[in-house]
Amino acid sequence: MSTIWLVVIVTGVATLALKATGPLLLGGKPLPERVTGVVSLLGPALLAALVAIGTFAEGQKLVIDARVLGVGAAAIAIRLRAPVLAVVVLAAAVTAAARTLSG
Amino acid sequence: MSDASDARSYRHGVRAVVPLAIAVFGFGLSYGVLSRAAGMGDVAPIVMSATTFAGSAQFAAASVLGAGGSAATAILAAVMLNARYLPIGVTVAPWLEGNAWSRLLHAHLTVDESWAVASEGHGRWNPRVLIAAGAGIWVAWVGGTVGGVVFGNAIGDPNRLGLDAAFPALFLALLAPQVRDARPGAAPGVRVAGNVPLIAAVIGAAIALILTPFTPAGVPIVAAGAACVLGLRRRPA
Repeated sequence: MSTIWLVVIVTGVATLALKATGPLLLGGKPLPERVTGVVSLLGPALLAALVAIGTFAEGQKLVIDARVLGVGAAAIAIRLRAPVLAVVVLAAAVTAAARTLSG
Repeated sequence: MSDASDARSYRHGVRAVVPLAIAVFGFGLSYGVLSRAAGMGDVAPIVMSATTFAGSAQFAAASVLGAGGSAATAILAAVMLNARYLPIGVTVAPWLEGNAWSRLLHAHLTVDESWAVASEGHGRWNPRVLIAAGAGIWVAWVGGTVGGVVFGNAIGDPNRLGLDAAFPALFLALLAPQVRDARPGAAPGVRVAGNVPLIAAVIGAAIALILTPFTPAGVPIVAAGAACVLGLRRRPA
């Protein structure tokens, strides 16, 4: 089997296993209040990490580049309650414009 | 729950996910282009989008393979990026109905975007919104990948189009309502000192940035989940 197909198959199976562990093993069992308090914070913590990594990480380096302007513009648009699509398009447009202007 | 209410939930899921699906289609295009450029060929990227169905993990796997990394490294990077789906699956599990196959389908269609759209706050999720939104994202992601593979060379450099910055902007838009709605005392019977989700978000981002230079891609995102221990501070009023 080629390297590529090995990656495709193993990653696919592992991802489904990660996703299905809760729904198949826990079923309809409600989580204890304390656990709900903890897992309800996973969303904000992981989303913020994805924002930070997506804005500043380039491989294992932290850099400040055109993406900061795009995400900054997105933050202002979100503050003004703009629709998600407008936020995303604005971020891409500002970043692309900054790259064009900086050569 | 009544059929009318079910239909309303499905429609809500589809409506809420349309702007996200358009953005995801754009990411799918860039994934198709980049994975093809990384030497994954035409069919493997499309199969991976349909099965793994997780953008950041697929981008990580493609870049590791493109840089000449081993299968094991590519798998590890992708699986670590997807480790968040273990707790995410646990959060939606109590709200799923039906047999094992139905729950497996819900699990497969649970991605960051459908999970965020289906959240009703206070640790509740709507399974009908989840599956409708997840199906919309899946069609957009796979369709975008096909488009990216087919039109690969015509699109050019996706970063030139600023699509890489659209990614964090999308997650910021998903994060904002989660930290905005969490006012002190928002949940009945629970007293919260300050905006705990916002504090968790700041700590999560800090952990991710601090670890980035020292750990493989994906680890900082998983480690950021440690900020959730703040949830233990909640006490019944």
